[in-house]
Amino acid sequence: MGEKSSARKGGKQGGKMMSRVWLLISLAVAIGLWTLLSVLPQTARSFPNIIVTLGQIPVVIERGILWKDLSSSLISVGAGYALGFIIALPVAILMAWYKPVRNIIEPWIQFIRNIPPLAYVPLIVIAAGVGRRPQIIVITIATFLIMCITMYQGIINIDETLIKAARVLGARDKDIFIRVLAPASLPFVLTAIRLGASVALTTLIAAESTGAFAGLGMRIRSFNNNFETAPMLLYIIIIGVIGITVEKIIKLLERKLTGWQEKREI
Amino acid sequence: MAGEERDIKVHIDNVKKTYMGRTGEVVALNGVNLDIANNEFVTVVGPSGCGKSTLLNIIAGLLEPSSGTVTCNGKVVTGTGPDRGVVFQQYALFPWLTVKKNVMFGLNMKGINGEEAEAIAMKYIKMVDLEKFVNHYPKELSGGMKQRVAIARAYAANPEVLLMDEPFGALDAQTRTQLQQELLDTWEKEMKTCFFITHDVDEALILGQRVVIMSARPGRIKDIIDVDIPYPRDQETKMSPRFLELKNLIWSQVYQEYLEVRK
Repeated sequence: MGEKSSARKGGKQGGKMMSRVWLLISLAVAIGLWTLLSVLPQTARSFPNIIVTLGQIPVVIERGILWKDLSSSLISVGAGYALGFIIALPVAILMAWYKPVRNIIEPWIQFIRNIPPLAYVPLIVIAAGVGRRPQIIVITIATFLIMCITMYQGIINIDETLIKAARVLGARDKDIFIRVLAPASLPFVLTAIRLGASVALTTLIAAESTGAFAGLGMRIRSFNNNFETAPMLLYIIIIGVIGITVEKIIKLLERKLTGWQEKREI
Repeated sequence: MAGEERDIKVHIDNVKKTYMGRTGEVVALNGVNLDIANNEFVTVVGPSGCGKSTLLNIIAGLLEPSSGTVTCNGKVVTGTGPDRGVVFQQYALFPWLTVKKNVMFGLNMKGINGEEAEAIAMKYIKMVDLEKFVNHYPKELSGGMKQRVAIARAYAANPEVLLMDEPFGALDAQTRTQLQQELLDTWEKEMKTCFFITHDVDEALILGQRVVIMSARPGRIKDIIDVDIPYPRDQETKMSPRFLELKNLIWSQVYQEYLEVRK
């Protein structure tokens, strides 16, 4: 037993080493492709090379826009995302609980979910005016839709025998809610949080096309208008880095809190 | 002893269960009468769809009969209760709880907590031989180990009647035989009234004092066979002439039912 487990541990460490090596290789390949794009005459104009792009970091800091844009975007994303979650959780529970609620709401969630947010942004601007309000509303809608549907589908698929097992062991409704339904739903809630974060960021550009005064998405459009490709590419990469960081943090949380799961979903 | 055996634990009186199917009303159970004595081990066989699980769920209080009553200890069953425990085929362990916490669940529901609950849980975890796995999560256990935890969990809550719904149905033949033996040993040590559903005639015979044969559509009791083979029983019992004789008898009746269902 001891030998076997230590061998497995060794294997695990080896695996971690290997995955680091692969990450480096993958990074090298990407930088190689990027450099190639920056050299090819057809693409050179839109892809300044890595040194030029990263060299824009001190420039945008000096221009005083980076922190302003970052904080503005993060406030919009954070507020919209938090609101989306606060609304999605009870709605998902109600949909899973009551058939009429489900039958009325679900088709519309599916319908609106398939419309790109950019399409309904003008309507929201007309209704809510310009500024931060419409940005938060757009992100709230988009994150609500994905998080609500993910949590609802999880809650409705909770294994009914677990509820039966709890009941025959003497659990009352309150116990079943706190000690069975809540922990059984947790994995889906965390998945929803992760997917919601990703949607919040991808909706950012649409949200900031509502006449924002600052923000990563707004700035990309303004760089675009001035043909400033180097800072534009930098901003695009910054959005990607934020996205992957948030996802990694939530995945770590998932492993910590729901490591008991039999199968992991995507 | 004879007097004790007449001490009725579960009384099933003219139970009928219907539900609405796609093509109208389906009669799952009709006119089911059965008395189960205190500490008796009753096994039930029958083709799938004969309503044996429905009957178990009614006794457990998870389903309500359409008419008729089930009485346990003289009280009419109207819901689940601490006098009846259930072991499900799908184990139904709480995946977010360790083995120990799973076994403690029923105790916690009864208001038994802390060291007292832990001591009781440990006793039953030892009984199913899983002391080494107390702090493991269900996903780290094999199917047979999971079902052992489920049995320990049911025992720890100390019900008087243990209802088992094809508990070994999902296990491989070897594990199944092993668990049958363990269940027999446990039953002989800690007497409980057992109501055990299976589709395996061998299993029904090796475990039960009586084998109830059910027929399908509507589900009702077709015959009850007294298994006059003394305990302790083991795997060699399965070779004895009396066992084979009874097996033939039950098989022919069950087989008829399979043919009926196929029609």
